Amino acid sequence: MRISKLPISDRLRRRIERQYMIARAFNRRRALKTIVNRTGQIRKGDVLAFVTMRNERVRLPFFLDYYRNLGVKHFLFVNNNSQDGSGNYLAEQPDVSLWWTNASYKRSRFGMDWINRLLMKYGDGHWCLTVDPDEFLIYPHCDSRPLRALTDWLDASGRRSFPAMLLDMYPRGNIEDEPYEEGADPFSIAKWFDPANYTITKNWYYGNLWIQGGPRTRNFFSSDPISGPALNKTPLVKWSWRYAYVSSTHLLLPKFLNRVYDEDGGEQASGCLLHAKFLSTFAEKSAEELDRRQHYANSKEYKAYHAGLSKGTNLWCSESREYTDWRQLEDLGLISRGNWA
Amino acid sequence: MTGAADIRLGVVLLCHAQLQVAAHMARIWVEGGARVAIHIDAKAPAKAVASMKETLQDLPGIIYSRRVSCDWGRFSLIEATQDAAQLLLEQHPDLTHVYLASGSCLPLRPVAELCGYLALDPARDHIESASANDVGWTVGGLNEERFTLYYPLDWRRQRWLFDRLVDWQRRLKIRRSLPKGIVPYLGSQWWCLTASTLRAILGDPRRAEFDRYFRLVWIPDESYFQTLARRHAMRIESHSLTLAKFDQDGRPYQLYDDHARMLEESHCFVARKIWPGASLLLEQFPVARTAGPELRPPQPQRFERMISRTVRRRTQGRPGLYMQSRYPRKDSENGKTSAPYAVFQGFTDIFPEFEAWLAGIIDADIHGHLFSPEMVEFAGRPRIGPGAISSNPLIRDRDPQGFLTALIRITSRMQVFQTSPRDNQALNWFMATDPNAHIHVVTGAWMLPLLESDMPFDDIRRVTAILQRAETRHLEVLNSVWVKARVQVHELNDFLARPQGIIMQALQQMPVTPDLLDSMPRMRNLDGLSELLRRLRNSGLKPRLSGDGLPLVDPSLSERTAAE
Repeated sequence: MRISKLPISDRLRRRIERQYMIARAFNRRRALKTIVNRTGQIRKGDVLAFVTMRNERVRLPFFLDYYRNLGVKHFLFVNNNSQDGSGNYLAEQPDVSLWWTNASYKRSRFGMDWINRLLMKYGDGHWCLTVDPDEFLIYPHCDSRPLRALTDWLDASGRRSFPAMLLDMYPRGNIEDEPYEEGADPFSIAKWFDPANYTITKNWYYGNLWIQGGPRTRNFFSSDPISGPALNKTPLVKWSWRYAYVSSTHLLLPKFLNRVYDEDGGEQASGCLLHAKFLSTFAEKSAEELDRRQHYANSKEYKAYHAGLSKGTNLWCSESREYTDWRQLEDLGLISRGNWA
Repeated sequence: MTGAADIRLGVVLLCHAQLQVAAHMARIWVEGGARVAIHIDAKAPAKAVASMKETLQDLPGIIYSRRVSCDWGRFSLIEATQDAAQLLLEQHPDLTHVYLASGSCLPLRPVAELCGYLALDPARDHIESASANDVGWTVGGLNEERFTLYYPLDWRRQRWLFDRLVDWQRRLKIRRSLPKGIVPYLGSQWWCLTASTLRAILGDPRRAEFDRYFRLVWIPDESYFQTLARRHAMRIESHSLTLAKFDQDGRPYQLYDDHARMLEESHCFVARKIWPGASLLLEQFPVARTAGPELRPPQPQRFERMISRTVRRRTQGRPGLYMQSRYPRKDSENGKTSAPYAVFQGFTDIFPEFEAWLAGIIDADIHGHLFSPEMVEFAGRPRIGPGAISSNPLIRDRDPQGFLTALIRITSRMQVFQTSPRDNQALNWFMATDPNAHIHVVTGAWMLPLLESDMPFDDIRRVTAILQRAETRHLEVLNSVWVKARVQVHELNDFLARPQGIIMQALQQMPVTPDLLDSMPRMRNLDGLSELLRRLRNSGLKPRLSGDGLPLVDPSLSERTAAE
């Protein structure tokens, strides 16, 4: 019997669900093979990054530099059987701990079981950033204040989670046109985004906002917008081993971690994850992922992309905005500084 | 007037965490010529304390007072201050002023400048002190009640019990009486008192009584010295020399590197609270003067405005914005939409080219039926509208309110669009209760396009029934007592009697180009309307909203025609 069918209160149901996630995560400890464990370097108060990846070698140098610059002190990677040398590259990095697995991505709840496991073991008491290699965190004042300033402030305000909506970035012209070179800033190519094209509904059970829209819904899901990808994310959390990510980083349990928004008319602080998915690397990736059928909703997203991409996909439109900085995103109302002056 | 040289400044430094930063601050004070007494929270780890003392070893004359365990909002903070101040005054009897600062208070201007400023009027006490009966001070609206209820609990750690206890005391109408002769005053906890005032406060014969009273007052560090200074001071300058602003939860703002310029321009002597990682601030301040000390008074207004702006953003937010961290529940929106907009219902049915005509005379984005079931009719009918909003009705109907508010927020001009009972009706309440909405309705006009349709009469009758029901519901909303929008409802026959006058009236609130106003758009051919109405009525459907006074053709005549 599924938990959602049990005749019990929502509160108890969420608790069972959370403990089930934690148990699953604990159970996956053997699926992860330690390649390099440098977690001894982690000091009290360090901000940690948790990443699952597969065949992302080209993206890694820029990714690591970006987050090192923000002040992430240690990276914990799960390498899902990469074939392109990502593993070797990561193992050489001085601030990376690396695990390897060839278990099914899909049957590990799209990697979240592995991440929950690492978070449980190494994240307890730290601010933990859980991102994909194509997600880049932008927060208010990120050009002048390191991540540590943000987490200190969140600590002082008694908050344990920080929202960052996924903002799909795309190039002007066809996605394949400008090849992405290793180490380059992906947003020098994919520097456009949709400024206002987002829908929000509230999920009462988990208490999170479900945000959809953006270029993906506009282009690939227009006949069925409800199955468009979710854009709400809560990637930065002051972790405790009792927490668990339920569905990617879209929502967590316990429920209060999802309450990152104000309902009385005020604004909480929030950021954005710039999503550098739509680069030249995307076409091959989508073909490969389609073969593996390891993604959410039977890779429906990738199918849709692939159908679109084979026609030479151009996500750009005359209403797209060119990304400049966090202030622009704040003016547009995509992020907010809240009371972090 | 005395010179800066006659001022001998003592500083009481309260340190809790981040002792390395605190040591940096102590060094600034000592090197600036001040005598410093440091109080370190008893909760600070021994290792950090030892390393702090070691860092400061080379500086002469730093006094460490007895360590008390300090909790925010409790009397322990006063005790720590008293101890340190007492010790400071005993060991340096020649002090003229004592400044209370914390380990995260950064001196922005050289200490000599502060002394120079104090020397302008050496007998003045700089302490913010406002009558508790009048001010709206910090958190939770507790002003007077700070002094009239008992607060034995810690607000941060025992919040729930704290609140219950306050409720309970209110219910029981408990009222503490203040010590005789005491009028409560509140103000910033960072002050600079003259040594004589401070001595008088510490040596007050009734000090034990006052201490006993303030022990159970809430946040006594904002009232103890502020109240007692009023008892002993000669002249009080009611301001704080420390720039310290609080957010809506009573937490001090942290200062970062990017505030450097604003801090410098504020000309304040001391600012708190410095984020310990703000290395640029620690490096840059206090600003070095090459041209000798400046005596400009502090001007914190600009900084304070910036803080109030952010507090407003946190508590009220931007009107009409719905996003990941602002999702107001119904009726808590502080502005449902961000700008005025106009809605025309029925006008396109009467004037087929109404949209184009309107676009010619007013400076606004004139859309078609945004909520049409076929497509979102953005002005010019692009596939992707302003802000990259899709024209797909399925996407729009996922979140119609988000659709409309985003459209209004992302565009710079006024938004004008058409509605009709044929469209999605989800926002009827939303728009009717939105003060930004200008709603103009011609009831029954939706019937006119049916005149030109070649549908069988049975279908027309069915469609009419559906649309009429939708319109009736909409009008119920528009006639309710909750309406905040500007609403004008006209019946079709009233409108047809003087269309120009009503349109002019509707356009009054809009950015109209006046000289283009004489022309009127082409009106739809109304032949056969009365005949249709009559057939509908005879088929058992009473057309209610078209008005009663439409000129009817002679029934006998048309019947005869039909018979022939």
